Amino acid sequence: MHSKTIAQLAQGLKDKAFSSEELTRSYLDRIEKLDPQLNSFITVSAEHALAQAKEADKRLASGDPRGDANALTGIPLAQKDIFCTSGIKTTCGSKMLDNFIAPYDATVIDKFNNAGAVMLGKTNMDEFAMGSSNETSFYGAVKNPWDTDKVPGGSSGGSAAAVAARLIPGATGTDTGGSIRQPAALCGITGLKPTYGRVSRYGMIAFASSLDQAGTLTQTAEDSAIMLGAMSGFDLRDSTSVDKEVPDYTANLNDDIKGIKIGVPKEFFDEGLDAEVARTIEAAIDEYKKLGAEIVEISLPNSGLSVPAYYVVAPAECSSNLSRFDGVRFGHRCDDPKDLEDLYKRSRGEGFGAEVKRRIMVGAYALSAGYYDAYYLKAQKIRRLISDDFKQAFEKVDVIMGPTSPNVAFNVGEKSDDPISMYLSDIYTIAVNLAGLPGMSIPAGFANNMPVGLQIIGNYFDEARLLNVAHQFQLATDWHQQAPGGFK
Amino acid sequence: MQWETVIGLEIHTQLATNSKIFSGASTAYGAEPNTQACAVDLGLPGVLPVLNQQVVSMAIKFGLAIDAQIGEHSVFARKNYFYPDLPKGYQISQMDHPIVGLGHIDIDMEDGSSKRVGVTRAHLEEDAGKSLHEDYHGMTGIDLNRAGTPLLEIVSEPDMRSAKEAVAYMKKMHSLVRYLGISDGNMQEGSFRCDANVSVRPKGQEEFGTRAELKNINSFRFVERAIDIEVERQIDIIEGGGKVIQETRLYDPDKNETRSMRSKEEAMDYRYFPDPDLLPVVVSKQHIEEIRSTLPELPAAKKARFMESFGLSKDDAEVLTSSKDMADYFETVNGACDDAKLSANWVNSELSGYLNKENMDITDSPVNADMLGGLLARIKDNTISGKIAKEVFAAMWNGEGSADDIIDKKGLKQITDSGAIEAMVDEVLANNPKQVEDYKAGKEKMMGFFVGQIMKLTGGKANPGQVNKLLKDKLSK
Repeated sequence: MHSKTIAQLAQGLKDKAFSSEELTRSYLDRIEKLDPQLNSFITVSAEHALAQAKEADKRLASGDPRGDANALTGIPLAQKDIFCTSGIKTTCGSKMLDNFIAPYDATVIDKFNNAGAVMLGKTNMDEFAMGSSNETSFYGAVKNPWDTDKVPGGSSGGSAAAVAARLIPGATGTDTGGSIRQPAALCGITGLKPTYGRVSRYGMIAFASSLDQAGTLTQTAEDSAIMLGAMSGFDLRDSTSVDKEVPDYTANLNDDIKGIKIGVPKEFFDEGLDAEVARTIEAAIDEYKKLGAEIVEISLPNSGLSVPAYYVVAPAECSSNLSRFDGVRFGHRCDDPKDLEDLYKRSRGEGFGAEVKRRIMVGAYALSAGYYDAYYLKAQKIRRLISDDFKQAFEKVDVIMGPTSPNVAFNVGEKSDDPISMYLSDIYTIAVNLAGLPGMSIPAGFANNMPVGLQIIGNYFDEARLLNVAHQFQLATDWHQQAPGGFK
Repeated sequence: MQWETVIGLEIHTQLATNSKIFSGASTAYGAEPNTQACAVDLGLPGVLPVLNQQVVSMAIKFGLAIDAQIGEHSVFARKNYFYPDLPKGYQISQMDHPIVGLGHIDIDMEDGSSKRVGVTRAHLEEDAGKSLHEDYHGMTGIDLNRAGTPLLEIVSEPDMRSAKEAVAYMKKMHSLVRYLGISDGNMQEGSFRCDANVSVRPKGQEEFGTRAELKNINSFRFVERAIDIEVERQIDIIEGGGKVIQETRLYDPDKNETRSMRSKEEAMDYRYFPDPDLLPVVVSKQHIEEIRSTLPELPAAKKARFMESFGLSKDDAEVLTSSKDMADYFETVNGACDDAKLSANWVNSELSGYLNKENMDITDSPVNADMLGGLLARIKDNTISGKIAKEVFAAMWNGEGSADDIIDKKGLKQITDSGAIEAMVDEVLANNPKQVEDYKAGKEKMMGFFVGQIMKLTGGKANPGQVNKLLKDKLSK
């Protein structure tokens, strides 16, 4: 049962092959048995899940006042622990919020609840979503199910590892600089980061507000389409969400992609790219040729500036966003503060981990008087240049493809002392966030026995086409069906 | 040496909305601590601000009233600093692109002339909560009811040259925001407060002196006193050979002194940057014109109209238009009695006297405009004299009813029957032959004596004009 996709499970529920309660119990058992090897969950909400499953079974059995059952009714899902859940702890992977229980649900949670999905728990993540390896979590590193000596990527590493190990059929993630696509690539699953503004950020704990976007981690593009349809849409509570109709993302999955123009940026195949990964990506692009696509070499001349620009903008916003964690109203407070300054310094000093502190320092510096123009304003200008690069590219091509990450998963601990090398693992994903575009990563094969992700970048609000292009690849290949040895 | 004072004011006025600037929580004053602070006001993780559109319209209204440029593309920015009553660790304000740009307002000078004061800008921002230092045994209580209350910060040019001008400017702004209905202007509750930037320079020097910023002054009286004290302090320093340092100072009304809060070196770096949670506010020309069409008659225009249409003096018109409530009151009174001069006199003297004595606002007056209008109508139609009217007014103030009720009940109706008055004149003249003789011998002031006698007989109710005329007629025979 656990190897099935959301679409298949939905069919099973509809056919009464099993109930949501049975399905939920089966996944809960699997989490209990296997997750100790991975550490992909921070909180497993078994009781809450079973109650939701029973509700879903009622809804599946008969007409329900909330409307007809849909493809997610009764489906077990996991939520990244960055989404506030009413009554269930939300930690954001930090000691700072180890005691925090929100009195409200994030809009994304609301929407999945309304769809009748069953939340099995909250997944592990890099602290405040800052990391590319899931090693910065207060709750310990997450392991890659393909090789538990290796990292799953980050920051949505818990969600990616859980989906790859078939502990859950689908999970949410958030992507600020690659935090969905990079772990999806490293764990051999499908990850989707929608257009900025497609999904409400309300109740999603902010890292870098102008870049953060919620998305999905699933086995297949079809499942991504199902989840995205449920979680998208304008939200009055988020001024940056976009008031644009949500299409049925499953409707065009089977469209023929013959004649589609795929742009391949030459800058994504530079000396930083692992040769084996390059070979795998080239093979995947060849597969698209066979499907009738036209391959066009393009250039994104400013993409080399994306990492430095990102590491000004994201820390700048985070330095301000994380100011509310001050030990005054909620979260960690130090023992016996002797005065206000001591309260601030020790509460924040004890509550935040090293990477979070590093980014707050960088961000505060970049915004400070006398440096603002040289760093923050310049980075914003680069952001515009990067957006313009994409704009020009999309005049010539329908989608853009390349590697998601320059390497396959690396060893736990390998890059922890070298932040620059860690930051470079997002070198191909970051530009997409800076421009606010939608991007996916889909399994494209293996290099050195570890999964490789193919990144597909689309134009604004062109998620339906991205999903169509990804789905067609998944009809022609079986990389996405491969599961790690110990978790089959 | 002759010194010149240079003053610029930053006025914070609370906008009269029902809900906060970025959340749906109520802005009502005086609730139990922390009962009017929602998740957004508390700065809980994951929550987001949503702009209350009403504040934008209010700010535009203000901008139009001071003939300012309206920012068609204004941007909210974060002002970052840590303080326990600032829940998010930043205040959402506006920095580079305020909603209201350069404008001006004319103030009235003591010599009767008027002076134009520039307004650099006005921007929208949220208020912080309150720290309560008393009653917590060395700890601090935090009340976040005020957090997120909408403020309009109005920044003037350094155009004022004395504390009196600063007060005149502040009063003018106070009157304006109330005219516009964008603020209740309640100074006790902190809805209208200001910071004053004060410096001195030798008269004739172009360059500004080093300024001190006086924080958080919440009354007209304190503004004047704080500035005077600060000017004196600065002159003393310079004349003593010292240098004024740029700093923020606090005015202590109890000790009537200003003292240093922090110097320029200790000034915080607020690390302003555009708030990524809020989109730029884009205002269309059409929307601006729609708001312009809702502007009420402003104080200057009203004053001019009062002088022109009602023939009022500049002073009367000035006082009557100092607040919209007073102007409205006056117009209602005038509508009822159709005598602008009489109405102005009564509102500015009798009514104002009573209000001042009780320290009462005109809107709380027990004698409302219709009642006063009714009273003045009785003077106009000769039912009572002006003197009797004061007695009736006192009774109305005490809640004894309308003017007509009181005139009726107390029998105060003026005697206008000339037969009756003539009989009384005859009686008084007959009873006082000596005085009549004196009068006829040239003692004209005896006239007052006769009038007094008649008024005594009638309890003041005889029509004074008729009495005078009849007396003169009889005595000249």
